[in-house]
Amino acid sequence: MTAPLLEVRDLVTRYETGGFLRGPTRRVYAVNGVSFDLAHGETLGLVGESGSGKSTVGRTILRLTPATAGSVRFAGTDVLASEGAALRALRCRMQIVFQDPYSSLDPRMNLGRAVAEGLEIHRLVPPREIEARVAGLFEEVGLDPSYMARYPHECSGGQRQRIGIARALAVNPEFLICDEPVSALDVSVQAQVLNLLADLQKARGLAFLFIAHDLAVVRQLAHRIAVMYFGRVVELAPAETVIHHPRHPYTQALLSAVPVPDPARQRVRIVLTGEPPRPSAPPSGCPFHSRCFHPMKNQRCLDELPLLREVEGTMVACHHAEYAAAPAATIPVP
Amino acid sequence: MIGSLAGLLRRAWRHPSGRIGTAILLILVLTAVIGPAFLADPVVMPDVVAGATPPSAAHPLGTDHLNRDVLSRVVNGARVSLTVAALAVLLALTAGAAVGLIAGYFGGWIDALLMRVVDAALAIPRLFVLLLLLVVWERIPLYALVLVLGTTGWFATSRLVRGEVLRLKQEPFVTAAIAIGTGSWRMITRHLLPNAAGPVLVAATLGVGDVILLESGLSFLGLGIQPPTPSWGGMVLDARPLLLSAPWTAIFPGAAIVVTVLAVNLVGDALSAALDPRSA
Amino acid sequence: MSNLLDVKDLRIEFPAPAGRLAVPVDGVSLTLARGETLALVGESGSGKSLTALALLRLVPPPGRIAPGSRILLDGEDLLSLDPARLRAVRGGRIGIVFQDATTSLNPTLTVGSQLTETIRAHRKASRGEARERAIALLNEVGIPEPAVRFAAYPHELSGGLRQRALIAISLAGEPDLLIADEPTTALDVTIQAQILELLDRLRVSRGMAVLLIAHDLGLVAGRADRVAVMYAGQIVEEAATARLFRSPAHPYTQALFRSIPRIDTPVERLSPIGGGVPSPDAWPAACRFHPRCDQVLPRCSIETPPVVPLAPGEAVRCWLAVREKR
Repeated sequence: MTAPLLEVRDLVTRYETGGFLRGPTRRVYAVNGVSFDLAHGETLGLVGESGSGKSTVGRTILRLTPATAGSVRFAGTDVLASEGAALRALRCRMQIVFQDPYSSLDPRMNLGRAVAEGLEIHRLVPPREIEARVAGLFEEVGLDPSYMARYPHECSGGQRQRIGIARALAVNPEFLICDEPVSALDVSVQAQVLNLLADLQKARGLAFLFIAHDLAVVRQLAHRIAVMYFGRVVELAPAETVIHHPRHPYTQALLSAVPVPDPARQRVRIVLTGEPPRPSAPPSGCPFHSRCFHPMKNQRCLDELPLLREVEGTMVACHHAEYAAAPAATIPVP
Repeated sequence: MIGSLAGLLRRAWRHPSGRIGTAILLILVLTAVIGPAFLADPVVMPDVVAGATPPSAAHPLGTDHLNRDVLSRVVNGARVSLTVAALAVLLALTAGAAVGLIAGYFGGWIDALLMRVVDAALAIPRLFVLLLLLVVWERIPLYALVLVLGTTGWFATSRLVRGEVLRLKQEPFVTAAIAIGTGSWRMITRHLLPNAAGPVLVAATLGVGDVILLESGLSFLGLGIQPPTPSWGGMVLDARPLLLSAPWTAIFPGAAIVVTVLAVNLVGDALSAALDPRSA
Repeated sequence: MSNLLDVKDLRIEFPAPAGRLAVPVDGVSLTLARGETLALVGESGSGKSLTALALLRLVPPPGRIAPGSRILLDGEDLLSLDPARLRAVRGGRIGIVFQDATTSLNPTLTVGSQLTETIRAHRKASRGEARERAIALLNEVGIPEPAVRFAAYPHELSGGLRQRALIAISLAGEPDLLIADEPTTALDVTIQAQILELLDRLRVSRGMAVLLIAHDLGLVAGRADRVAVMYAGQIVEEAATARLFRSPAHPYTQALFRSIPRIDTPVERLSPIGGGVPSPDAWPAACRFHPRCDQVLPRCSIETPPVVPLAPGEAVRCWLAVREKR
């Protein structure tokens, strides 16, 4: 067995608001103890709603947000401790595609320069070869090289997102974080970009951390899926297992809420009552207990935080995972 | 967001105020550059006896109290005023942008230190500083005027630039640049500066108007440009005793000041309207 | 039985650069009966939101509703109302819930005051009566501790609660028709389900008609009686929900179904729709979908396809339907 490409252990990212002259200090644990591995060429889907911390996990791994605790190892290198030249080298191996194609490109730079930037900074090719290399990247993402002279505001959302992907690919990364890459795109364009990402993964052997709130989208690319709630991973298993045999009540609720374009399919919709907990006021014990509908919910759920443990092939963080909560609400295997 | 600088200028051109203002400024600059070659020497022997004469064929705008051609003096005055304004604003822009960029990008104690300096400097009225210079010079020489106007004018610009930089730092494309490995120098020069340029440009054009008024005011107080070099403010000062008997000696230089500042403000208006994403 | 809402040939024009005209809504006709939910589905640029705004005459200038358009509410022509009557209709007969509650609510006023303001705009009520009515409304939309939330500011509520408050405000005038313009797009999926469930419940309990605007076909699957699909400013297909999902008639609708990721069918490579959405100042000639259509015929780029009725209340705008009928 080859070693995993990425190893994340007990990652914690904490924000502080307030402080000296700005009101009471409040600590928000956006990421509160996340661990997972990622193998070469694998896609791990990271799913969760707003406030789950999924985007923060990606940013922390890439050192765009400072980590508070925990470790991240990339191909054996300690990411969180790297500085200077070592960090710059890492940047060539781990890249990111952002959610918003409208604001993730510098409006004053034409597309060619935007894609070339990585090449220039890391001096990966001699200056006279840059243009050819950029043209090649444009073609790889399905854009005509004549677009190199255009500016972001002259392009559609789908085109800009392709540029974002080309920019990330320019430095030849082995690992790509896709942070909600299609959420801001029109439905008919989403499919184009998803297919592109799938093709690129095959052609370049990329590993993806695919972050999204839409389980249907994640499923297209993910080999395994991790479900996050309130800063923690609550379920981690192969994609189809998560979709068809979810063990955590939150996963079940999430699945039942995913819109399915088929009115004929009768599903029990689990409608969660109550609101998600506020990050500034974390609940005791299991963070999901206030909205949990598991028939075996008990005092232990209020007192003790459930840890991620293996239950029949699934990693799940629930005291009562052995007993499936709502089988009728799951998606039947076709 | 807005696209290239060329696009910005193109959009500003669409506004009638922009076209009018630019046209007026172009005429002024052209006249100031070429005009003096065709006009009478403004520094002729003063003729007190002949005195001020009303506009005539020989002197389209009349003559002043020393029988010097007003038209020629106004045009030469334009040279002086516009040069002082341009140089002072350039100085203020450069200093202000540099400070704003550094303070905004690095934050922390650098930001705190620089901004406290700016705060303190802003508390001292500009005119006051200029007047203090009188301790050194009886009449402020041109280079000193430019220097002082420039170095007292950058504070507001630095605040503006810093504000823009802080806003830009939140934009995803800046995070994207960090992710690709962009270092500080490249970030400041290639990403932050071009995107902060828009509001700075607007502030600059308005600053030109400010400086012209300041310089004219100083000259009017007898403290600015020394005679016999013509300046609009100085001409108005000289015209004071003649306001009723020879109004043209005051009207034309005064009008020149008004028109120039108006034109500059119109251009500034058009630029700031062009900056507004909603007008795109 | 006459329809509550009757829209005929709605056309909205905007001036475009170089003296051209952009027509983001071009000949939209739809009807809505009491107690019915009609879903208006389309991507960005389809004109669906503008259509909704037009019903309340809220089209932002310089856009304007072109003459020849007709909007009838219970037989009353909305386009020729005087300002006073229009104000009464807005909120009093037609309510609207917008997408983003964060920007639709005044951040400097409490939820309660915004609610009572609306209540008192539509009927005579004293402060006390309005307050009672407001708290009852907050309760009706499922906000816990309504009396406490009455005094809260929008930023003190979560996204889901804000959206419920917005719904409460839209109901304050007791409208017969509720327009929900992408009411859940900005919300998490689990909250989305709650809000849509709420809208459905309110529709039944109040006997309202609901016009649900969405870009997500999956969203409307169990929640609408009829669906109208919009593309490039026109309705290209209209059908009962079950029929639309079972056998969509228009190539755009079919392509849309093939291109969205599903959770209930095995994973397979998506079939995207080639090309991009056209812009309102340069609609393609004849059939607007023809440049991207995978079943395109020669006549599609030459002659504008007619609206072909398929069944009562069902129609499609396509040449293929004409061929099949023969």
